[in-house]
Amino acid sequence: MRIFDPHIHMTSRTTDDYQAMADAGVRALVEPAFWLGQPRTNVGSFVDYFDSLLGWEPFRASQFGIRHHATIALNPKEANDPRCAGVLDVLPRYLVKDGVVAVGEIGYDSMTPAEDEAFATQLALARAHELPALVHTPHRDKARGTERTLAVVAESGIDAGRVVVDHLNEVTVGLVKESGCWMGFSIYPETKMSPPRMVEILKQYGPERILVNSAADWGRSDPLLTRTTGEAMLAAGFSTDDVDRVLWRNPVEFYGQSGRLDLSDVAATAPTFEGSSIMRGGG
Amino acid sequence: MNRPAQPADNPDEDPADVAGRLVAALAGVPDPDWLAQARSRIVTDPVSLPMLFASAGRRCGRAELAAVPGWSADEAARVLLLVDLATVTTEAELAAAVADCYHHGDAAERRAVLKALPLLPVGDRAVPLLDDAIRTNDTRLLAAALGRYSRHLDQPAWRQAVLKCVFTGVPLAAVHDLDARADAELLIMLAGLHDERVAAGRTLPDDALALLQRLRSAAADTTTRQEG
Repeated sequence: MRIFDPHIHMTSRTTDDYQAMADAGVRALVEPAFWLGQPRTNVGSFVDYFDSLLGWEPFRASQFGIRHHATIALNPKEANDPRCAGVLDVLPRYLVKDGVVAVGEIGYDSMTPAEDEAFATQLALARAHELPALVHTPHRDKARGTERTLAVVAESGIDAGRVVVDHLNEVTVGLVKESGCWMGFSIYPETKMSPPRMVEILKQYGPERILVNSAADWGRSDPLLTRTTGEAMLAAGFSTDDVDRVLWRNPVEFYGQSGRLDLSDVAATAPTFEGSSIMRGGG
Repeated sequence: MNRPAQPADNPDEDPADVAGRLVAALAGVPDPDWLAQARSRIVTDPVSLPMLFASAGRRCGRAELAAVPGWSADEAARVLLLVDLATVTTEAELAAAVADCYHHGDAAERRAVLKALPLLPVGDRAVPLLDDAIRTNDTRLLAAALGRYSRHLDQPAWRQAVLKCVFTGVPLAAVHDLDARADAELLIMLAGLHDERVAAGRTLPDDALALLQRLRSAAADTTTRQEG
């Protein structure tokens, strides 16, 4: 089973996690820029963080044969701190980097005017840099937050097929499927979504435009739940091809839209590699 | 005359030879027109450097260039952009642009900057970039920092960098002018690391053991001469 985790915060994980992920079949991942638990108070803290996502963290991943890409953005939670507003000004310099495959995580946390502005501005940046967008949905007031998210996405003019709306559940998946956006699911030990629930959603909605991630970070999370979900799919009667589609080909297709996804390093180590499915460049 | 194939990142190679061979090796990249246009643009529009520098990997690819072992296509393209920029800037302007590329660069861009330094007329202004690279634990940056430009490092910094190579497994072949600069102080440091490793039931990489042996022989010769 080859696995591409489309959303995981490796900065918060140990090298033992990298080893366990490699052993479990993870060959590629995308690390979105997000909140670190401790609020930052200045733009320089973000610059160092972004540099780490494009420097140290890919190097660390490469020690385990894992290809690391990133998404870069000012997250919604910290968009509310005026001391961090200048992050929007440094983003253009990062959004041209080879390893950046989307703008994200953007979206809503508490649905404030500052979040409105940062969200719209960054969707415009995604369009300007021809990048997809990774959109976080709020943990509180999720259903209305998701509706409002989809309205802002539609208003921005970005193609729905270049947007993934993440952290979905049974209540919000239908709205997003209807919108034409990609549907992201974060499999967590206890909260957001579990492997058995994910299997039920896949049965109901099919594998098209669905991304399954661990979203593992500094909270109670597990970087191997992508694999657990793949195994749960097989146990429920899904084929190995279905599993490969959800856990590898779908993230390759979504992030491949950036024209910057480069999986040539891991092609040789992906056990079920097929030349046509490894995208280099625009795909 | 046929010259034997020589790695372009050979730290002891004459830098004047390098740029020409990079140009030839890049002829077959995925988007050679982009590179040609970027190289023209950089001399008429130097502020385009950050964008062109960042884009080089996806335009030229990241494959190793068979004709110049040790160089990838993106590195070679980026180095040529800086070489071209140097034709229209003062030393101070060039050093500032190079530092900007480094500090705003991802790991691949930083490595390309470090590999370009021996080809650029920046005097010793780029030494802080080497110091930064040597502080990291990214072995690709460490190795790139110890090319020909490392002659601008003072001896204490250089010794620490060599020891860090041994410690992190960077082959000593990456180090410019290794035997000429290796001194009695490096011998003491290397021997100390060796003692620690032996005490732990480990050893040093073969190239470090060989260096240690050479330094010990040289020290013994000196002692013999002094006593004689």
